[in-house]
Parts: sequence; C-alpha cells; structure tokens
Amino acid sequence: MTDILASSAATAVPARAARARSERSWGSAVVMTLYLLFLLLPIYWLVNMSLKTNNEILGGFSLWPVDPTLANYATILTDPSWYMGYVNSLIYVVLNTVISVAVALPAAYAFSRYSFLGDKHLFFWLLTNRMAPPAVFALPFFQLYSAVGLFDTHIAVALAHCLFNVPLAVWILEGFMRGVPREIDETAWIDGYSFPRFFLRIFLPLIASGVGVAAFFCFMFSWVELLLSRTLTSVNAKPIASTMTRTVSASGLDWGVLAAAGVLTIIPGALVIWFVRNYIAKGFALGRV
Amino acid sequence: MTLELQGVAKAVGARVHIHPTNLVLRKGSLNVLLGPTLSGKTTLMRLMAGLDQPTAGRVLWEGRDVTGVRVQDRGVAMVYQQFINYPSMTVFDNIASPLRLQGLPRADIESRVRRAADLMRLTPYLSRKPLELSGGQQQRTALARALVKEAGLVLLDEPLANLDYKLREELRAEIPRLFEESGAVFVYATTEPEEALLLGGHTATLWEGRVTQFGPTAEVYRAPVDAVTARVFSNPPMNILDLRKDGDRLLFGAGEAAVPARLGTLPDGPYRAGFRAHHLGLDRPAGEALAFQATVLGAEITGSETFLHLDHTGARWVGLLPGVRPLAPGTPVAVWLDAAHLHLFDAGGRRIGPSPEPMAA
Repeated sequence: MTDILASSAATAVPARAARARSERSWGSAVVMTLYLLFLLLPIYWLVNMSLKTNNEILGGFSLWPVDPTLANYATILTDPSWYMGYVNSLIYVVLNTVISVAVALPAAYAFSRYSFLGDKHLFFWLLTNRMAPPAVFALPFFQLYSAVGLFDTHIAVALAHCLFNVPLAVWILEGFMRGVPREIDETAWIDGYSFPRFFLRIFLPLIASGVGVAAFFCFMFSWVELLLSRTLTSVNAKPIASTMTRTVSASGLDWGVLAAAGVLTIIPGALVIWFVRNYIAKGFALGRV
Repeated sequence: MTLELQGVAKAVGARVHIHPTNLVLRKGSLNVLLGPTLSGKTTLMRLMAGLDQPTAGRVLWEGRDVTGVRVQDRGVAMVYQQFINYPSMTVFDNIASPLRLQGLPRADIESRVRRAADLMRLTPYLSRKPLELSGGQQQRTALARALVKEAGLVLLDEPLANLDYKLREELRAEIPRLFEESGAVFVYATTEPEEALLLGGHTATLWEGRVTQFGPTAEVYRAPVDAVTARVFSNPPMNILDLRKDGDRLLFGAGEAAVPARLGTLPDGPYRAGFRAHHLGLDRPAGEALAFQATVLGAEITGSETFLHLDHTGARWVGLLPGVRPLAPGTPVAVWLDAAHLHLFDAGGRRIGPSPEPMAA
C-alpha cells in the first residue's frame, strides 16, 4: 500500500516539476521579450525614420517605411557641413582617449604601488572631478582657451574632456594594476629591467584589458559629451552633435536627415563596444568599472 | 664574495621591523634564515637584495658599500614564495630575460637557458606560458631564472612553501646542490626547523626582527644560546619550565624534585628550563627524573605517534610519544622527564652551562 502511494507520488512529482519549469521559462521569455522591445523601440524608431521621406514622417503613422529611401544618408555623406561633424568629433575623441590613457597610466601606477603623503585624499579628489557637471567648467574653459588662442581647435575639446576622463581612467587602471603582484615588478628590477622597459615589455601586457576598458570609457564619454564640445568650437572643430542641433532651416526641421545623423552617431559607439566587449566583461569581473 | 650587514636596521614609522643586525655571509655558503611568520625574514632579504633601503647601517658586498646601489646594478637573484614569472612570456623567454638584459650573444643565451631548463626538468615546457604549468613547474621556472643569471647573491624566500610535500622534498635536495656549484652566497628563508636541518649550512634564527643566533645549523639546533632561539628552532616548540633552585630542591609549579647532579653547582635562584617534546614520557626513565602533574588538553594522533598537548600549571607543553595514546582532554596525567635533557637558561633566557645534546654530528 505504502509502496504504491510512494510510487504514484514519485511519478507525479517530476510531472508537476516539469510543468512548473516550463511555466517559469515561458514567463521569463515573455518578460525578456517585453524588455528587449522597450529597450530597442527608440532605436528602431530612429532607424525607421531615417529611411523615410520627410513627407511620410509628417504625413501619418506607419510602423515601417512604406517608401524606403537612402536619400537622407546620401545627404549626410556628401555634404561637408554634415560629414565634417563626424570627422571633427572622431579627431578630438581619439585625441582625448590617447591623452587620457597615456596620462592615467603612470598616475595609476603610482597610486597602486606607492604610498605617499595624502595619496588617498588625492585619489578621492580625482574622483570628485568626475562628479562635477561639465557645465561648471564651460565658462572658465571658454575664457581661457579664447585668451590663449585654442578656441575652435580639436585639441581644445580633447584637453577639456580630460577633465573628467583622466580621473576615470586612473580609477579603472588602478584597479587592474592592483591585481598584478608587486613581486613581478621587483623580479623585473632584480633581473635588470629599467623602469620604461619593464613597463612596456612586462607590465602593459598584463593590464592590456584594463587599458582597453579605460580607453573604451574615455571614448564613450568624450563621444557623447555635448556641452563643452559645443561651447569650445564654432566652425573648424564643430562636433556632430552640435551640427545636429543647428539644423532648423527656413523650411522647418529636416526630420529624415536628423534621424540618419542619429543612426550614424550610434555606430562608432556600437563598434567600440563590439571590439572591447570581452575586455569589459573581464573588467567587471575584476571589480573595477 | 662576501655579504656583510653592519648594524642594518629597518623601521617604518615608529614600528621597528629589523633591529640593528650584524651578519657576515661567506662565498659558497648556504645560509638559512629561520623564524616564524612576521619575524622579519622577508624584510631582511629585501634589505640584502636592495629592494628596501635600511634606515640605519650599511650593506657591504665584497667589502664595497652597496647600501644605496640600485637593485638592477646589484647582481642578485631572488625567488619568492608565490610563483612569480612574467605571464606574457614563454618559459624560455622567462628564463632568458636576465641574460638578454645583460646583452649576451644569442647562442650563449640559448645554451645557458637549455642547461638550466635541463637541470630543472623544464625542457618539454619551454614554449609554454607559465600559467599553463603546474605550481611546481612554475616555481622551477622561477628557480631556473635565478640560476641562469649566475648572480653572486641568491635569495630564496620560502621557495617551497606553496608546493606539495613530494615535490618539496625533491627540490629541497636539489636546490643546495645546484647553487653550491655557482659559488654564490646563498640565502634561504624558511619557517620550518626541519627544513633548516635538512639544508644544513649556517642558520640565523629570527624572532621579532632580531637575529637571535647565527652559526652552523647543527650547532644552533643543539646549543641554542637562549630560550627564544630554542623555541624558534624546534618543532614542536621547546617546552619551557620556570623553576627555582632552593638548596638541594628544585621547585616548579605544584611540584618539586631533588636537584640533579649536573645542576648541583648552580647558585640558588630562579631559572628557566627547556626540553624537547620527544623527551617527555609517560613512564619513569632510568636516570634522574622529574615528575610533573599535568592535564591533557588534547591528543593528536599521526599514525604511529601521538602529540600530547598538556597544561602544566598554566604553561602549555607538547609531548611527542611513540605509539597511539588516545587520552581524553581533561584527563590528569603524570609525565616524566629525564633531567639529563634539560637545557638551562637564566631568568632572562640566556643559556647557562653546556648543552645537554652531544655536539659530535
């Protein structure tokens, strides 16, 4: 009797468990789909708009372009006042990334290896720089750069963005460097390595993923920053985001071209994320970032 | 080649890490730094290497003052307890790196690396990265890099502590042989008295940043100059018994005994005695014996022997007994000690009289 009861219970339990499992996976699939839908909706709508004509955009509601056109993209890629915006942005962003990482490497090494008077305060103070809104610094930068003749140059924006990117890079790199045992440095001194040689040959390869993560964040923050880059440029170094905000013409807003410009603005960031995605995962795993 | 420390001391802020130390280490000698963790072994080694600067005193190499000289220009080799290699280089490049920096010709580097790899049995792994090797192979890579450099001063900081037992025994036998041939001054730090005894050579015992004794290893073991050295250089640590000589009686804790003949000439007063774990027994020995009433704190049985942890009027002792003795904690027990095995120290811990252990080795 008890045997029969036990065996029927034994068959019932797996069936119920399987049903519960399938319900759970159904539920998570629905939640996941909704999540992705909401997340991707604005991006889809942007792409959707960029492939429509202005008439269609203003004419009514359609979930996909009825009359797809690449004319908006053609406008951007053939008109220098448009595409130079991308070139300018890329120039100062790359400049900024290189400067930020190059400056942050020795600083992060010092923070991770030496203790000196006020090192912890200095480290925290560097981070607080990251917390201040860039708007605070727009006015002093504008006046200073105008006075020394740096106004409307790529290097001006690149240097201004160092204000918040260098602290960030120092902070990220310091975390990675702390993970490298100090004994490796000392073994290198004992073997006879000079500091520059040790740093380039032995140390840099060990923190390569950290450099990748730091460079990625510098790139992103410099790419999306609008206020400083707009304040410090007028014509020669005008960034794309700034170009986009000045496209109100006599005939009203050019919706389609704006949407196409938006799509093109997302692409560099997406590309960079694609290339450093493994490093980023590693960076998250290592505790910094 | 001689390494000489003259009054070398190291303090960080108000904390003293190394008290003023004088040591002379000779060419072709094996020197063991023996002490528990945090006794200053690593700090002393770093001072010898030049990785840290002493706050006082001088370091002499072949009579020349090298105190302020950069590590790169010192001609030292060092192996750490952690397996430290350059992870981005192959094993071959790891071993070759000090030679490349010396600017040796390629063929020369090649042959020296091959020979060192051969000695350390690393030849099949030369093209691998260190992190793809086992712990023992990683440490052998580090040792090969130290060996190939043919440095005048070789510092090994507990190089075998993180290895498994079998590998440890193997390398322990090999290391002194390999480095002896080079004629270098060889310094080996360890926490284990057995390791010091197996390596031989000279031993410096360290306790709380002070070198308590330096001499031939067997001599330091058999005739420690003070109670601290005796405890450091004994595993389990030497048992300490505070006692008082009063006429012809010895008074200790709750007990007393007649003064053994070899202590008869001592003046009355307080003394400190030490004896090794394996001299304690449950049966009365043949000669002049001391009996103690102690309480069992625990019995650790290691196959054929028993470590008996005892409480004798507040002092914690360890007895090493042959055979399996499953005594329950809390059991009162009478233990015996042959008086001939007593190391005698004065109240301040300095040795009095000759060692009870024979010097002839």
